[in-house]
Amino acid sequence: MLKLSVNGKDQDVDVDPQTPLLWVLRDTLGLTGTKYGCGMALCGACTVHLDGEPIRSCVTPVSAIGTRKVTTIEGLATDDLHPVQKAWIALDVPQCGYCQSGQIMSAAALLARTPTPTDQDIDVAMSGNLCRCGTYQRIRAAIHQAAHRATGTAANDTSG
Amino acid sequence: MNIESAGREISRRQFLKSAALGAGGLIIAIHLPACSTKPGPESSKPFEPNAFLRIASDDTITFYCDKSEMGQGVYTSLTTLIAEELGTDAGRIAIEFAPPGDAYINKLLGGQVTGGSTSVRDSWVKLRVAGAQAREMLIAAAAKEWEVDPRTLRVENGMVISEDNARKLSFGALAAAAAQLTPPADVKLKETSQFTQVGKPRIRLDTPSKVNGTAGFGIDVRLPGMLYGALAQSPVLGGTVASFDASKAKAMPGVRDVVQTSSGVVVLADSWWQARQARDALAIEWTPGARASLNDAMISRGLQEASRRAGIVALQAGDAEAALKSSKKVLTAAYELPLLAHATLEPQNCTADVRADAADIHVPTQVQGFALQAAAKASGLPPEKIRIHTTFLGGGFGRRLDVDFMPAAIEASRQVGKPVKVVWTREDDMTHDYYRPAAYNVCSGAFDAEGGLTAWKHHLTAPSITSRWIPGLVKEGTVDPFSVEAASNYPYDVPNVLVDWVQHEVGVDVGYWRSVSHALNCFSGESFMDELAVSRREDPVAFRLALLGKQPRYRAVLERAAHEAGYSTPAAGHHLGVAVMEGYGTYMAQIAEISLEDGKVRVHRVVCAVDCGQVINPSIATAQVESSVIFGLTAALWGEINVFGGKVQQTNFNSYRLMRMNEVPRIDTYIVDSTAEPGGMGEPAVALVAPAVTNAVFKATGKRVRSLPLARHKLA
Repeated sequence: MLKLSVNGKDQDVDVDPQTPLLWVLRDTLGLTGTKYGCGMALCGACTVHLDGEPIRSCVTPVSAIGTRKVTTIEGLATDDLHPVQKAWIALDVPQCGYCQSGQIMSAAALLARTPTPTDQDIDVAMSGNLCRCGTYQRIRAAIHQAAHRATGTAANDTSG
Repeated sequence: MNIESAGREISRRQFLKSAALGAGGLIIAIHLPACSTKPGPESSKPFEPNAFLRIASDDTITFYCDKSEMGQGVYTSLTTLIAEELGTDAGRIAIEFAPPGDAYINKLLGGQVTGGSTSVRDSWVKLRVAGAQAREMLIAAAAKEWEVDPRTLRVENGMVISEDNARKLSFGALAAAAAQLTPPADVKLKETSQFTQVGKPRIRLDTPSKVNGTAGFGIDVRLPGMLYGALAQSPVLGGTVASFDASKAKAMPGVRDVVQTSSGVVVLADSWWQARQARDALAIEWTPGARASLNDAMISRGLQEASRRAGIVALQAGDAEAALKSSKKVLTAAYELPLLAHATLEPQNCTADVRADAADIHVPTQVQGFALQAAAKASGLPPEKIRIHTTFLGGGFGRRLDVDFMPAAIEASRQVGKPVKVVWTREDDMTHDYYRPAAYNVCSGAFDAEGGLTAWKHHLTAPSITSRWIPGLVKEGTVDPFSVEAASNYPYDVPNVLVDWVQHEVGVDVGYWRSVSHALNCFSGESFMDELAVSRREDPVAFRLALLGKQPRYRAVLERAAHEAGYSTPAAGHHLGVAVMEGYGTYMAQIAEISLEDGKVRVHRVVCAVDCGQVINPSIATAQVESSVIFGLTAALWGEINVFGGKVQQTNFNSYRLMRMNEVPRIDTYIVDSTAEPGGMGEPAVALVAPAVTNAVFKATGKRVRSLPLARHKLA
């Protein structure tokens, strides 16, 4: 039995320690907001936070988590919606939506680290997240919008 | 009934009608059993004026969305159409995906199909009429209640309101009375100027669930007692199971069963990870079948050889062959396009709960009717005992027009008597797709002594997707309309035109891939238009405009794109290439702005001018351009599926490259105001990117790229 802290809740999970965190979240805990896309850390659909840092849960054995806190898309917002989620809604970012949990987790981690990211910061932080629908232009604009809203600076979106 | 028998049925009735859909369309009539998923009973009888709407006494208004939501925005745009006439805000409507049913047949395609960029075009009148029908009945119910002339009443925000504003009743309050009335035969639809929702900005209705992880995709379905399945399929395309030994797999943790299905061997376990691990422990002997020696060179050679044959004529004006023979200045060029994978980010999956007397199937599908047929065949149950639940689709792009990923889950569930979810790995998905056809297109043009273009010949050679999809549907000696798009609607004013098509099967199962043959034929056609312009030392935009005198919609988008892109004044070191196309009733021009960096193409900006007729939702229309440009650019730069020894060589995103954030150009979309009938927006912009970019590459390097992807060409 392994102990996990997921979205602020302690969980006991009875799984093979080598099981990737992704499948523990999805199949054992029923947190299906985190997606499977490639299984090789190539697409970022499985991105969750480990103590606030974005990781690819599809290649992270659950035994490697230890006492670090796991946050998934279901637990990202502390109250109503995270600023990133609000910006995503306002700018109509998602299309099919499948990659968006991962995109949002990567974007939220970026903003936590870098409250007003440049386009280059966004390139670096977000290039591990694939979107087959090609929502990138709006993701970039939404990150800028979330940053400006959160820091109270004037809106200065580069696009959208 | 299975798809094959459906195909024969259709063929017999000769439902093939080319040119029914603008650039060439296909009517597929699929007769389906009656819908078996009627909503359950309720205390007070709800108002169901038609197959699309249900209004309950508690004011819950439900729209049965007959098209699948795969990112293209139907969840919002179609709801907007019905809400506009019903008289309530689209945001107040609950949306459920419709079950299979005759009422939901797409009249442009003849089956319950989400594809061919038809959703808005098919729904444009149908859903507004459905909304208006309900509105008139609600008004009639209020008029009866208040004993007034219904013509004095109006609707607003889900209420019927009297002329003097003194009386109001909500739709829910009127539902029971309205349910007693007969739907009106004729309804009057609003004029464009009366629209309050259509064409206006509206935030997408599916976004809230797509930003908090609650949107239900097929892969997310969880049923009580469900087992997770991993499927072993033949590594060689078309191979079958000869024998297998599951003893090692069965001994692994969590494994509950191993069953053989028509698709391969399925390992069933308590979690998908366990099933997937155990799948790799299966010892399977495969019968590789006829394709075991297939490779790229054979595919390419086969297309080129087939191209020597005369094709079936798709468009003819004057005598192009004679004009080509008699001209002193003739140009010919051949273009080659590779196989491509769809690579939906959600891998293929299906969840089945097959019981002795009924079944529930949860599936991300673009074809509810075919899904029902596949479920009936795999479960052995009559269709009326099967419910098809359409989930959100994690990308479609045409991949989910096929139902090959359904039988494994259904057959496994039937065998073990438990709900089963089968999820493909990314590798399964990449190596078992229905691939975008490879093609070999030869273009010829002839000039007269004065330099006027007198002949155009576009000789297409490719497999027929439709013949694979529904065998027998395309009659021998006729054109598959989904093979000659962006060719059979040649817009330029040239006296002698011949477009013909040679069907050549390449040994790989081919599928409809976003924009279908537009992406093949626009590449060759619009590249060759550039070659012709260059041979005359004319500017490619001016050359096209001079030949589009009779095509105001083409002209308008081309002029707009050139203007917005600053076509005549490119930045230093930047080069602009152009392409023009009509597809799905939508007119487009794109201009790609590129530079060369270390011999590699860097795309800085793509400008797309669009005339898609009446726009339903400007934000979604623009999003579809952005999406399509990236989809087409990804393919143009890197996309290819290679086959060796009958096996697809690309397996994951490290070998099949998708565009990333840092590689995306700025995409600027300009939508021309129009009140013409709506055109399709999900696909057309895919097709113009490749020729726009390669035409720019020619300007930058003097090198003409006649095959894709660009990554194969040395440009330095």
